[in-house]
Amino acid sequence: MRTEATGYPIERIRADFPALQQRIGAYPLVYLDNAATSLKPQSVVDTVCRHYREESANIHRGVHHLSQKATEAFEGARDKAQAFLNAARREEIIFTSGTTGGLNLVAHAFGAGLKAGDEIILSTMEHHSNLVPWQMLRDRTGCVLRFIPITDDGQLDLAAYDAMLGPRTRLVSVVYVSNSLGTVNPVARIIRAAHAHGARVLVDAAQAVPCRPVDVQALDCDFLVFSGHKVFGPTGVGVLYGKYDLLDAMPPFLGGGDMILSVTLERTVFNALPNKFEAGTPHIAGVIGLGAALDYVRGIGLDRVAAHEEGLRAYATALLAAIPGVRLYGTAPEKSAIISFVLEGVHPHDIGQILDSRGVAVRAGHHCTQPVMQRFGIPATARASFSMYNTRAEAEQLAEAVRAVKEMFA
Amino acid sequence: MTVSDELYQQVILDHNRSPRNMRALANATHQAQGINPLCGDEYTVYLAVDAGGIIREVTYEGHGCAISKASASMMSQALAGKTIAEAHGLFDAFHALVLGKAEAATPPCELGKLKVFSGVWRYPARVKCAALSWHAMKSALDGQGKTSTEDAL
Repeated sequence: MRTEATGYPIERIRADFPALQQRIGAYPLVYLDNAATSLKPQSVVDTVCRHYREESANIHRGVHHLSQKATEAFEGARDKAQAFLNAARREEIIFTSGTTGGLNLVAHAFGAGLKAGDEIILSTMEHHSNLVPWQMLRDRTGCVLRFIPITDDGQLDLAAYDAMLGPRTRLVSVVYVSNSLGTVNPVARIIRAAHAHGARVLVDAAQAVPCRPVDVQALDCDFLVFSGHKVFGPTGVGVLYGKYDLLDAMPPFLGGGDMILSVTLERTVFNALPNKFEAGTPHIAGVIGLGAALDYVRGIGLDRVAAHEEGLRAYATALLAAIPGVRLYGTAPEKSAIISFVLEGVHPHDIGQILDSRGVAVRAGHHCTQPVMQRFGIPATARASFSMYNTRAEAEQLAEAVRAVKEMFA
Repeated sequence: MTVSDELYQQVILDHNRSPRNMRALANATHQAQGINPLCGDEYTVYLAVDAGGIIREVTYEGHGCAISKASASMMSQALAGKTIAEAHGLFDAFHALVLGKAEAATPPCELGKLKVFSGVWRYPARVKCAALSWHAMKSALDGQGKTSTEDAL
């Protein structure tokens, strides 16, 4: 067994995650489904519980003590998200229901300004959540969708992308880290090229924020979305970052309470950012819990997490590649610790099931990226996705379990 | 009990490795497609039913996991020579078996070799895999062209 890089506090991190202390039958849990959702540190669980126990109240409107405490905690989480992304202004942080919620918000509110013939560039690598809202927008407006192809090793074909950019391009919406291939896309370069043509860029950072520092000002992205639950926070909450002037110019998405300054029966004056895009009572506990999660990862340091996961990726990839019959999908030079693979003669669901019987949790399926599966001519893959609390010993348990599958189906 | 005792019994692994009757059927009188949109498994099931209402041949083509493939393979063997009424009866019995309700629904002896699927109910995510081709078979007999595990079950 190889040990972790010196100085990385793996034992302390693992101790912070109560779910990791479980056994699945006779086996210790080996949780390698982090691209689906991450486990939660005790501090997040405690923060959510404390909110419900001690300060459960609605925000932004109560004069009473509990409401003020809840509002402070909620707005405190906005400051934390601002710092986490290095956004220039706190009003650029919109709390959403998750990545999907953020993408739909932009598709509606930014999309309201598009007309027939305007072009949106997506990629073949997108999660369904970054495809379907744009298809729906296309059907409403007559705008045109174009798709950056994927190369054989799982990279975006940037030459094809450059050739797609033109005077009609209004928006480029691309994934930072592919959830099914693990590819880390060169989003800064993609953004520069789009800006040179006057197009805006949305970055789906759902898989990026848990494993690498993301700085929206350095990237110069126009929009960026992520989910709380993939970055060790609660489900049902996420963040949309948008440049202030862009968000300010966009019409609201959902109408309702909290997004208004005044309402008569005939008309409404909308609230300023960020409230304009936060209609209704939000997932208050979730947002506060997300704040605790962002504190947690910042405490570890995403540079250190990235280095740890790069070690895991290289190690686990080598172990799997050494098993005859294993084929890896997504072999780009820049990758996160998401490893998609198939085993000759064995359906990925059977791999997932048998791995589970050995305590190893992976995902099997199309990973909400059916066009990626179609691109590679396969129905599904098994996917092992590592996080900051995973170890090289767990990578070894994965490989050993895959060998057992192979033996069983031989 | 391990997963190989309960779910991946040798009979199932054998049918997965060498599926029987896995082909299209040129003289099919009934056919229907079964899809599981959650996992992408899909099979088209073909039946040749003669004038007397006897199922002469059952075949299928498509792709899916070991459970769904072995289930289709064993179904194709179990139904040959049965009447349409018997096929419906076997559907009900098999469906009850994979939902873990076999005792309540039918004398288990009717199922014969199909009892290797008796452990499936312990794995709720896999019940649809085992039932997929059976739902397609039922749709075919009922004259419906397509079925989805999201509608059935």
